[in-house]
Amino acid sequence: MTGTATMGVSAFPTPGGYRVAWIWAGFLAGSLVVTWFGEYWSWAVTFPRDWNVPLRYWISDFMEWLIKDLDFGLFTFKEMTRSFAWLLEWPLAFASRLLVTGFSFSSDPTAEAVLQPLPWIAVIAVFTIFGHWIRDWKLALLAGTCLIYLAVFGRWESAMVTLSAILIAVPLGIISGLLIGILAHRSVWFGRVIEPVLDLMQTTPVFAYLVPVLFLFGFGPVAAMIATMIYATPPMIRITMLALSQVPTESIESGLMSGCTPRQLLWKVMIPSASPGLMVGVNQVIMLSLNMVIIASMIGAGGLGFDVLSSLNRLAIGSGLEAGVAITLLAIALDRLSQAFARRGLEIHRGKENSWVRRHPHLTAAAAVVVFAWIISTFLPFVRSYPEGWTITTSGFWEELVKWINVNYFDQLEAFKTFLLLNILIPVKRFMLATPWVVVVAFVVLLGYRLGGWRLALLTGSLALFIAFTGGWKKGMVTVYLCGLSVVFAAMIGIPIGIWSARNERVHRVVQVCIDTLQTLPSFVYLIPVVMLFRVGDFAAMLAIVAYAVAPAIRYTDHGIRQVPAQLVEVAKSVGCTRGQILRKVQLPVALPEIMLGINQTIMMALSMLVITALVGTRELGQEVYIALTKADTGRGLVAGVSVAAIAIISDRLIKAWVARRRAALGLSGT
Amino acid sequence: MPKNRYRFPASLVVGAAMLAGSSAQAAVESTDPIILTLHNWTGQYITTTIMGRVLQEMGYNVKYQQADYLAQFAGLESGDLHVAMEMWETTGKDAMEKSLATGSTVDLGETGMQAIEEWWYPIYMKEKCPGLPDWTALNDCAEAFSTAETAPSGRYLGGPVTWGGYDDERVEALELDYEVVHAGTDAALFAELESAYQRKAPWLGWVYTPHWAPIKFQGEFVEFPAYSDECYSDKSVGVNPNMAYDCGKPRGWIKKVGWKGGEDKWPCAYSAIRAFTIDNQAMGTMVGEVDLEGKSVEEVVEAWLDANKDTWTAWTQCN
Repeated sequence: MTGTATMGVSAFPTPGGYRVAWIWAGFLAGSLVVTWFGEYWSWAVTFPRDWNVPLRYWISDFMEWLIKDLDFGLFTFKEMTRSFAWLLEWPLAFASRLLVTGFSFSSDPTAEAVLQPLPWIAVIAVFTIFGHWIRDWKLALLAGTCLIYLAVFGRWESAMVTLSAILIAVPLGIISGLLIGILAHRSVWFGRVIEPVLDLMQTTPVFAYLVPVLFLFGFGPVAAMIATMIYATPPMIRITMLALSQVPTESIESGLMSGCTPRQLLWKVMIPSASPGLMVGVNQVIMLSLNMVIIASMIGAGGLGFDVLSSLNRLAIGSGLEAGVAITLLAIALDRLSQAFARRGLEIHRGKENSWVRRHPHLTAAAAVVVFAWIISTFLPFVRSYPEGWTITTSGFWEELVKWINVNYFDQLEAFKTFLLLNILIPVKRFMLATPWVVVVAFVVLLGYRLGGWRLALLTGSLALFIAFTGGWKKGMVTVYLCGLSVVFAAMIGIPIGIWSARNERVHRVVQVCIDTLQTLPSFVYLIPVVMLFRVGDFAAMLAIVAYAVAPAIRYTDHGIRQVPAQLVEVAKSVGCTRGQILRKVQLPVALPEIMLGINQTIMMALSMLVITALVGTRELGQEVYIALTKADTGRGLVAGVSVAAIAIISDRLIKAWVARRRAALGLSGT
Repeated sequence: MPKNRYRFPASLVVGAAMLAGSSAQAAVESTDPIILTLHNWTGQYITTTIMGRVLQEMGYNVKYQQADYLAQFAGLESGDLHVAMEMWETTGKDAMEKSLATGSTVDLGETGMQAIEEWWYPIYMKEKCPGLPDWTALNDCAEAFSTAETAPSGRYLGGPVTWGGYDDERVEALELDYEVVHAGTDAALFAELESAYQRKAPWLGWVYTPHWAPIKFQGEFVEFPAYSDECYSDKSVGVNPNMAYDCGKPRGWIKKVGWKGGEDKWPCAYSAIRAFTIDNQAMGTMVGEVDLEGKSVEEVVEAWLDANKDTWTAWTQCN
């Protein structure tokens, strides 16, 4: 960190370079003194237990009061949240009847369905036709194939349970995100309040707020959906705020000149003009909702996530993998469709002289297929539900593969692991745990001050103190160690791949598919084989974190290098630079801010993996959150969760401040 | 608290649900679905499905709901969930007692199954450590059970910290030369066992029964000094006069727990749930059929229901 910080500074006509050196020298000396006298000043080394603020108990008590005692007179708080859940249950029940159970129109819940659910053939047809309508046959084929996989691998019913939840959660997330975003754009005050809330929503591990969500909204699919929305909506809010603020002033002025009311201005001018940006948000909501499928199934959403968990509990690796790939394919289908939808301009006007059917061929075709399939499904059972005999599975192969690796290569893997553990992991962990907390806090404050002035120093310092005073210091340091090392490894792997992929179109395409898969494949799927090959412990956890968090490092590096202005590269060529020189002297330095943003994302994703790694037994804040979940301890979970968020926010702010300085130094615009 | 007539939708919800249910079978007290919780192990699916099927035979509506083993108590207390079929003394006693103390949940009696949880090793380890299963042999074999990170101490893979079990204390009290490593989940624990078993490699860890692992893998439980309440609570009792936990783990009941309100709502159903019993043997066979032979839970449960009609019809005679 110090290295990069001073590097950033050196690009400036150093404002008081000596002073900087003095500050860091002072810090170093101070740290040494504290460590030296650690025996006498034990309070400065390990955080004293009796300084802890019992925040977690206060939160738990508050929650209890909220649920048991708060009464608004006409109704209690719990009744209010429960009615809200009840409202959300209607659309969800409708979607799940449409896709999974069918409509019985009877008051008896066990009655046979009168109207069958949408036959699988019809769903596949609708997706395919939709793909064709949005773009072309290629997209249609992609969407169709993804769905056919679900049927062929015997995941149809689970997939429809998941899809029905997604079909409700995503539009609700989009609408609420859009509305909150508009509100935040209009009111400066609200915008300022919402910012830190969004930070917390995006960085607090989901497990931390599952317990309060369960208390307030009850067990079941609705609670799972609400948790999904909390997780998936913030990007939509942020993107709405950004997109609205980027609407060209000319558009707004011309709207005003033609006499728009504020409402018309918003809905007829600003929203349409911002819609490409907004669609990025829609895409994010879809992807994040699918990311939540596993966790949602832990609190009763069922579907594919449940398949993954129950397979892995039986150690049926292959069948877990197949269910995990089903989630990935569902995500890819929905992602590609929504992206194509975003790019698809306005529809060509086909003239009114043609009949309605002629003007809407896709809609007509889809309706015809649905009605036809629905009718024949009453006679032909294989149209109604995909016959079990037609399914295939590859699960045996995967189990054999893992077994083969395990039996033949375990010793080599073990040697590699032991080497890394003894030489890197364990020493770093010891160092992190031995460093006096006072020194760490001082370091964070100083870094904040150097990069962003007093305000940043105040923020980073108080967040670090929050972790210390709420009793999470030790686990916090283990968190920093585990994530920090994972991020270093992820960067060491991701940046070279990103560079390679930026310079070679074919590699680029392969890499894109790989990182899309890594990001949507539930990490639990590869966590269990990793445990089989590397045993429970920090190393297995780190591998899983690196696998998940490497994607943004690759993506941003690729993107950053591609964005280097072509003129710069041309100039370098004209003065006779070799390809290697261009890369080292021009492309990398210019792309560095973008790469650092990628690293920032890598850190965020590494932190979000913590709750998952807690499942293989790491002892950090993620474990604290997980324990709190199983003990239904609201306060404990939230405090640990917010501590994780604090670490995330500290690193995010520091990196962004550094990037801003660096960009200014390079004379790039601050996009 | 007197119910306010004009209370906002929550009361409407109940009303609507009651109206919706009223036209179904008249034989039972209420046709509102009885919600049984499902966790994440096969044995529990089987007991829950058996109970669910029996309740259906009695004319009740049944719904299954996925819920976390311990987090479910929040739902059982509020009435969102109604019945949990397996609460193990060994892992869930504290949570259960805490919940019963609120007065919102009710103990529905034992399932008849006995939970055994103890240190366990694959049978091939007996060659490397002939003194087993006696616990005193453990220290002689510490090296055999060690890994690079723990050597020369042995390595014992304990359950998730949330399971309790006092293994760290046990190691200290019995002066065992072992390092306790905690797995984060059931799946991680048995993934390691499977891996070691494939390689015939040393492994020592927390195994419990009824579970598929001791059926699939051959092995034995370590025999520690027998458990007693005093051994856990009184330092002077046991092998080590200065420390507690110097004995094995308790073998315990597996109980059913329910939402208190259900007792008045479906008295006959609750009496059937109270009457439910099954033994380890029958349970182990069914778990094996599902997890090792790949049959579906429903299939196995139907077979059991057919073969044991007398047993379960006896449960349904409420009085």
